[in-house]
Amino acid sequence: MSDWKFMGRQLVKNPLSLIGLVLITIFVIVAIFAPLIAPTPIGHRDPYLIPRDGYSVTPQPPSEEHVFGTTEGQYDIFYGVIWGTRSAFRVALVVMAITILIGIVLGSLAGYFGGIIDEVIMRITDIFLAFPALILAMAIVAAIGPSLTSVMIALTIVWWPAYARLVRGDILALREEDYVEASRGLGASSARVIMRHVLPNSIYPTLIMASLDIGAVVLSAAALSFLGLGSPEGYADWGQMTQFARNWMVGPPGDPFKYWYAVITPGAFILFFVLGWNLLGDAFRDIFDPKLARR
Amino acid sequence: MKDLIRIRDLSVRFYTYEGVVHAIDDLDLEIRQGETLGIVGETGSGKSMTALAILRLVPSPGKIESGSITFFDKDSGSEVELLKLREDRMRAIRGNKISMVFQEPGAALNPVYTIGNQISEVLLLHRRRELARAAKQRVDSLLSDGNARAAGLRRPLWRWQSRVYDKIAEQPHAIEPRLLSHVPLLRRLLGRLTHEAGLLTVNMLKDVEIPDPVRVAADYPHELSGGMKQRAVIAMALACSPELLIADEPTTSLDVTIQAQMLELFRRIKADKGASVLFITHNLGVAAEVCDRVAVMYAGRLCEVAGVEDMFLHPLHPYTRALLDAVPMPGKELQTIPGALADALNPPPGCRFHPRCSSATPMCEQERPKLKEVGKDHMVACYLH
Repeated sequence: MSDWKFMGRQLVKNPLSLIGLVLITIFVIVAIFAPLIAPTPIGHRDPYLIPRDGYSVTPQPPSEEHVFGTTEGQYDIFYGVIWGTRSAFRVALVVMAITILIGIVLGSLAGYFGGIIDEVIMRITDIFLAFPALILAMAIVAAIGPSLTSVMIALTIVWWPAYARLVRGDILALREEDYVEASRGLGASSARVIMRHVLPNSIYPTLIMASLDIGAVVLSAAALSFLGLGSPEGYADWGQMTQFARNWMVGPPGDPFKYWYAVITPGAFILFFVLGWNLLGDAFRDIFDPKLARR
Repeated sequence: MKDLIRIRDLSVRFYTYEGVVHAIDDLDLEIRQGETLGIVGETGSGKSMTALAILRLVPSPGKIESGSITFFDKDSGSEVELLKLREDRMRAIRGNKISMVFQEPGAALNPVYTIGNQISEVLLLHRRRELARAAKQRVDSLLSDGNARAAGLRRPLWRWQSRVYDKIAEQPHAIEPRLLSHVPLLRRLLGRLTHEAGLLTVNMLKDVEIPDPVRVAADYPHELSGGMKQRAVIAMALACSPELLIADEPTTSLDVTIQAQMLELFRRIKADKGASVLFITHNLGVAAEVCDRVAVMYAGRLCEVAGVEDMFLHPLHPYTRALLDAVPMPGKELQTIPGALADALNPPPGCRFHPRCSSATPMCEQERPKLKEVGKDHMVACYLH
């Protein structure tokens, strides 16, 4: 319990990390209560599809009926950003979880056993790292067909090599530590040494990098959607909503900000989501540092 | 006295890019029951490698090339050939029958676990059966307690725990309870095992004279001083009452007053537990203080083995003499050994010490001198004797 108290105190101590925590908490609440905040219209089948009000191309400004206005194709912006929070969390957490899992498994195998295993795994990661990440992701999505699932698959494929490398590097250093040798000297098996003595010492850098990277994952997913390689049209997804606004960034002559609502709203959601995770990542770094006193 | 470990013709080689390093070359040595054997020598003479070879933990690219290490198990009365043992059997010996104390107490403790947690780990590895029995007794006494009406709902849980502990006591490595102990939250159900290990841990810490052992058990390594850490490391090595304790320069990184305390501790432990100690050091003073017998190593070979008094009063091998002369004394100019430690890649032929030896003969350059008995319990590898 004192560990939790310690974590809480560390979080609150730094105002920036507190802001990050508040932002992410708000997003979590929005995601959980999306059906209450933006109820799905009756007769609408998939709640993730944004309801539309007509087929006119021109965005409509905020009104009583559409609180944040509508974007190109009369999709309701308010509904889109609220339900888009769920999509953002899903992409970010799924991609990160699988990335960490692959990174830890391959990285620790390579780092701990070394030799041929290390060589094979690391050369494979080199191959993946040799491609520009976003272009490789685009190619993968284009190959398996645009959908939110393909975006997740593509991002996982381009993201795991960095984690495998990070974990391997840490484990390479930790493997030489005396307490690892001591543990083997006291009769622990390789699996036990990895699980108990090596991973817990190397997991924190990985978790910190992951919490900082969640924002980047969301950004990349948004970039793919912006390029039309994401979710199907009308799906609640911030990246796609910025894509709808692409033609309306600048208004007619004399009124350049006429369609600001179509651009700013999804953009702001992405901005605050990424900012929140980055601030929280810094906070995690302080919390997880095992050398900080815990009493 | 009977032998506990008998090493015969042990060779350890390292296959490096530059060539083959003969870290240990045809070593014959025995460690007797209940004695403290010291190994002294310069850095790179193969002292630590001997210790690691006994535990079969020679780091890659090193390999145990040939030889035999026989371990005479006092408890079961059986005789085990360590170098031919299966890896899982060897793991059951490490930390249990033979354990090791490392040089740097700070580095030998994992910074992310408390001291108590790390000592318990050894017990949970090797003493599952005994821990399960103790845990079962505790649960059973709870169950048979007349005043148990208050326990109410917890009784079925206790009954279940009693059954599981019984099973662990029967088959310490049964798979289900082991899996269960890896699942967060659910492993609390078997928390009594850890609790029993914790009680033993506190006893161990008390044994190595740590004041306030309950508090220290809950401390992280960085919260302790160097001497305390070394005591904790020793407690960890002693947790399962090993028959052989290998101490690899356990006092080198400590200051002199703590060193003296540690030596006292080693002497007491040996007397209390009847364990043998293999004490590796480059400090001749320390060796004279704690050892019963001393072996001198040079460039991977044994030069001289003798009782501690014999060794220091009547050293026979020129290298031993040179070493003893090189001990700094107040008011006397420091004597050094001319030349440098033999190159391990291209060791000199014959006796490896001959390029630095003042009494070398042409014979020394050609043929390796054999270790021969020259007096009671005194062996030396030199043509002079």
